[in-house]
Amino acid sequence: MCLSVPAEIAQILPDDMAIVSVDGVSMEISTALIADPGVGDYVLVHVGYALARIDAAEAKRTLELLQDVGSEGRELRP
Amino acid sequence: MKYVVEFRNKTIAQGLAGAIGAEADLRRPYRFMEFCGGHTHAISRYGLEDLLPANIRMIHGPGCPVCVLPASRIDMAIRLADRAEVTVCVYGDLMRAPGSQGQSLLRAKALGADIRMVYSTLDAIRIAEQMPKREVVFFAIGFETTTPATAVMVRLAGKKRLKNLSVFCNHVLTPSAMHSILKNRNAHDIGRVEIHGFVGPAHVSTIIGTEPYESLAEEFGKPIVIAGFEPLDVMQAILMLVRQVNQGRHEVENQYSRAVKREGNRRAKEEVLDIFELRDPFEWRGLGLVPNSGLKLKQAYAQFDAEVRFSMHELHVADNPVCECCAILRGMKRPVDCKLFGTACTPETPIGACMVSSEGACAAYWTYGRLRDYQPRRMS
Amino acid sequence: MRMGVYHRKLDLKNGCVDLSHGSGGRAMGQLISSLFHEAFGNEWLDRCNDQSAFDVSTGRMVMTTDGYVVSPLFFPGGNIGSLAVHGTINDVAMAGARPLYLSASFIIEEGFRFSDLKTIADSMGEAARGAGVSIITGDTKVVERGKADGLFISTTGIGRLADGLDLSAEKARVGDRVLLSGCLGEHGVAIMSRRQNLAFQTEIVSDSAALHGLVAVMVAAGGNGIRVMRDPTRGGLAAALNEIAHQSRLGFRLWEEAIPVKPEVAATCELLGLDPLHVANEGKLVAIVAPDVARSVLAAMKAHPLGCDAADIGEALADDHRFVQLSTSFGGGRIIDWLSGEQLPRIC
Repeated sequence: MCLSVPAEIAQILPDDMAIVSVDGVSMEISTALIADPGVGDYVLVHVGYALARIDAAEAKRTLELLQDVGSEGRELRP
Repeated sequence: MKYVVEFRNKTIAQGLAGAIGAEADLRRPYRFMEFCGGHTHAISRYGLEDLLPANIRMIHGPGCPVCVLPASRIDMAIRLADRAEVTVCVYGDLMRAPGSQGQSLLRAKALGADIRMVYSTLDAIRIAEQMPKREVVFFAIGFETTTPATAVMVRLAGKKRLKNLSVFCNHVLTPSAMHSILKNRNAHDIGRVEIHGFVGPAHVSTIIGTEPYESLAEEFGKPIVIAGFEPLDVMQAILMLVRQVNQGRHEVENQYSRAVKREGNRRAKEEVLDIFELRDPFEWRGLGLVPNSGLKLKQAYAQFDAEVRFSMHELHVADNPVCECCAILRGMKRPVDCKLFGTACTPETPIGACMVSSEGACAAYWTYGRLRDYQPRRMS
Repeated sequence: MRMGVYHRKLDLKNGCVDLSHGSGGRAMGQLISSLFHEAFGNEWLDRCNDQSAFDVSTGRMVMTTDGYVVSPLFFPGGNIGSLAVHGTINDVAMAGARPLYLSASFIIEEGFRFSDLKTIADSMGEAARGAGVSIITGDTKVVERGKADGLFISTTGIGRLADGLDLSAEKARVGDRVLLSGCLGEHGVAIMSRRQNLAFQTEIVSDSAALHGLVAVMVAAGGNGIRVMRDPTRGGLAAALNEIAHQSRLGFRLWEEAIPVKPEVAATCELLGLDPLHVANEGKLVAIVAPDVARSVLAAMKAHPLGCDAADIGEALADDHRFVQLSTSFGGGRIIDWLSGEQLPRIC
């Protein structure tokens, strides 16, 4: 139920709507819950609504941290 | 899929498994509850427990809105759907949720009730616009992730002056439920399995932020790590919990910083505050009456409130006495401890809600836990 | 010899089916000859009998029957008619048999447009000719509005089994390989994309196709080293393998990373909360194959246009519980069970 997928905003439509796309699949969703949506933003889509923007800088930071911990962890394994 | 595939990288997963294995203190158990059904699903989908050392165990919490909906509320919806003039719209997850006496929305539909599966509340609006002579009722369930979608629907219905759309509201609140679990465990469950920390909900937190968990962590002295849904997110959160436990800390940490901010989604919170207010008390399957945990529409929106519009009466339905959903939802028992598991209660013939939803503890155990029990632990 | 000339031609563009077309009278005769015989055109139908006779060679025959109730009737990559022909041919082909003849029985709701019926019949004729198969007999009934959701098609297929070939699930053995002919989930996703309340757009089309040509090259490469084949339609690969597991009394272990799924199908499944293993396919097959012929059978599959994405996705194990397990890319494991309940609208 808590399904949510990050999708890229491909087009802004009137009345708080937008078209988002993931790997060639596009859907019409509502942007009523986020402020100033823009083409190229990545948003979490849940039951037809964008819930939050993905912060690209934070995503990068998290991945780098994961990669660091991941590589240390591999060294620790027997 | 960007922002998805990177967080499913198996090399990093193996590294994280190594780090968790190295940092977990072998002399003590770690019991973490993942509150949210989406995490339960992710853990079983990727077989993550196989990657954890034997002394770390995940306990599945009640964060599955289908699982915690009392059978009485399903019965009430079926009664509504049986009215000739009513069309009930529901999210797909609810169709097979068990009411009393083997009833479900799916069965009611087979018997002629006009019940339609929708993907979004926007579909309910479309249906109401297309069929002005029908009374369209949206059967709303979900935690704070899903509530804003219902709020927007009510606002749009008002704007469009729709006279035939209403909501049967069953939205519930996460921090109240977590509070209830922790409180009841301390009071009654001395000697039972203790929870050492929580993997906090991902998308609920995009809406409410991390701030509401701070008082919980403080009051009960348990660490809470908000985690994303991808397997690397869950594993990183478990590592962070292990570290907090080892260091004797009980803080709220945010692993899902790419989508969750401390203050959450202000706009979504405002939409919800505008339409809904607390309903007290609200019954949860498994947890009983939980204070400050349920929402209803404000008086100003009474025309959109199905319970008012149709004078719906509260029903009281006793759960099957042998069904252990209650204990399972609180993490007190495991699915195999229930006599009905795998016998009378299977995914095809669910008796309790924990088996119906793919996020429920019993459904998760069906796909994952049975395999672990029948095979020796994999050494990867 | 065709039926007598009719006073007025069927208005194929604007007309529609009514109850008189099912009543056995002249109107029905006209519908059948103008529409179905035209589309299927062969020596048997030209004789206009209620049944058709054909020669039988020595050896074993295969017969199968199927019903098609797909909704919507038209979808990207096909329609109920082409689906019915491909699906029936595939059921025959899964036995390792060469499909020869089909029958088709139509239950039509009154009000159904002739133009749609013609499109469907023409697709069936084209699909049958493309497969070298003839539709040699059929039946037509018309029911009142509301009793048939447009159109239902029932078929029977007959084929000739190659000598010495006897495919059956109980022939599977521990150590056998699981071969999949291509990417999963395309038919189910194509159907869902036409579902009104899901409103998503994708380029994915149904993979509906006749598989007997692929089967023929596989049989030539592997003979009785092929234990059993199945086309994973409703319920997807999960259902097909669980059936085989129970019939063969074995377990299976699949490797998640080996299973081919197109990115668009994966994305749609993520968006809708579905597992590609449960989504229907109409132009794919799964084969359980002895390890000594697995490589040559796989090579033969990959060389065929309908098998270019074929892959070895797992193996058969001894398992009293007959689990179909998936080893995830992380090395964790889970059970792949039958899909519970109905996630899709009618898909075949």
